[in-house]
Amino acid sequence: MLNVTDIMETIRMIQDENLDIRTITMGISLLSCCDSDIERSCEKVYEKITTYAKDLVRVGEDIEAEYGIPIINKRIAVTPIAMLLAASGGDPVRYALTLERAANTVGVNFIGGFSALVHKGFSAGDKALIEAIPEALAQTDHVCASVNVGSTKSGINLDAVGMMGRVIRRCSEITADRQCVAASKLVVFCNAPEDNPFMAGAFHGPGMPDCVINVGVSGPGVVRAALHAAPDDMDITEVAELIKKTAFKITRMGQLIGTQAAKRLGVPFGIVDLSLAPTPAVGDSVAHILEEIGLEQCGACGTTACLAMLNDAVKKGGVMASSSVGGLSGAFIPVSEDAGMIDAARAGTLCIEKLEAMTAVCSVGLDMIAVPGDTPAEVLSAIIADEAAIGMVNSKTTAVRLIPAVGLKEGEELEFGGLFGTAPIMKVNTSSPAKFISRGGLIPAPLQSLKN
Amino acid sequence: MRAVISVVGKDAVGILAKVSTICASHNANVIEVTQSVLQDMFAMIMLVDITGLSCELKELSGLMEEMGKAQGLSIHVMHEDIFNSMHRI
Repeated sequence: MLNVTDIMETIRMIQDENLDIRTITMGISLLSCCDSDIERSCEKVYEKITTYAKDLVRVGEDIEAEYGIPIINKRIAVTPIAMLLAASGGDPVRYALTLERAANTVGVNFIGGFSALVHKGFSAGDKALIEAIPEALAQTDHVCASVNVGSTKSGINLDAVGMMGRVIRRCSEITADRQCVAASKLVVFCNAPEDNPFMAGAFHGPGMPDCVINVGVSGPGVVRAALHAAPDDMDITEVAELIKKTAFKITRMGQLIGTQAAKRLGVPFGIVDLSLAPTPAVGDSVAHILEEIGLEQCGACGTTACLAMLNDAVKKGGVMASSSVGGLSGAFIPVSEDAGMIDAARAGTLCIEKLEAMTAVCSVGLDMIAVPGDTPAEVLSAIIADEAAIGMVNSKTTAVRLIPAVGLKEGEELEFGGLFGTAPIMKVNTSSPAKFISRGGLIPAPLQSLKN
Repeated sequence: MRAVISVVGKDAVGILAKVSTICASHNANVIEVTQSVLQDMFAMIMLVDITGLSCELKELSGLMEEMGKAQGLSIHVMHEDIFNSMHRI
């Protein structure tokens, strides 16, 4: 017989502590849609997505009702569109519009994969796709874009880094009347994972099967509540142990929902991404976990150490709970999507430099950070280069999602609403890195790449 | 296949009867019930066999929630697997 305490614990996690499945993401390979004619290529893309994903939303809702677990998003990730563009040529925005149409037809929340992988250099289609990102994101609501500019194996493509600074600025400029929303749908990666179910960086890597289901869990609220209920004199080893146990439970749920979804949709199950993904909702914040561990406010000295412990404990608990863990897996620190981070940024306790240090020990990077509207493109590029360097040297994924808030200054705020939250505009060091960025070329792969 | 029905709320006459009536009318067999009343708070957990359920599980869940709302109770119907996977290795 099930234990009453266990049952009540699960129900409390869902009802009071915002435990949910953040996303069920279907990865669909579009390599079979390549065609030298862009018209035909787009048609095949639309056809394939709407066929494979036609039941995705319904199955998600069925599982949600049956198991009583909220599933917040149903999403699709596709093969990086630059690969299709290499064959077809033509205007990349047409692909974005096709993806948007397909997303509307099947009713998903987001579709990711307007992407290019350029960590070692540009191949056919890559440059055209990157240049078209602002237009593509401005004309669509559901499409997300990502560009991988570096990897531990290949180094950092500084030409691409330079380009991305300008692309991010352009994204903000053409959607300035809509809270610069296009920039919030664009991620620049180093070591991008091929099976990440989280947006905006999800794409279906070329090494993946034809179709696959990946699941991203959430649960910062559950971890915070567990710590809150624990005695204050617990030593840090015990705190880590408690987080591990909690992460285990969260991941088990993700594993169950993922395998169920895959079974019902008749496609292979990929991975559980065991990330702690915050939302702006009260009680669902990674910053509040750090504060519960013992910091006055997120950003205080000690933040990096606490985050490193948290990230590690989440992984240790999660790995045991799932048959296959992948994606980004760790703790997310998106500033605008986390109530505690928003407060810390407003109070000035949390600055970009501290966030950069934090990204060295957690799963992603400088995420959902609004910077002053007059930040030059080369400064954005240099921030990307710094983040990519952290990822490259530490053999981990790092990402940058910056939003230059056109027309606004430090101290003002961008209001996205929903899951994207509120972004206080943070101070950026604008001492010029222009000469470095304009050098272009490739930062050679580090010694860490020579593992063979 | 089994499901767990949990009921939490202010104690009143006939809660158990109402829940089990809905179960019976949809052919869900009640296997086990534990309940406790702490001061005037009522908490019940019911394990039901849903193999022969005459409707979809989500329909039953909807009916229970509706009834719960009308009575000021919080009622959840969840598949047993969710608890097994979370609390058993």
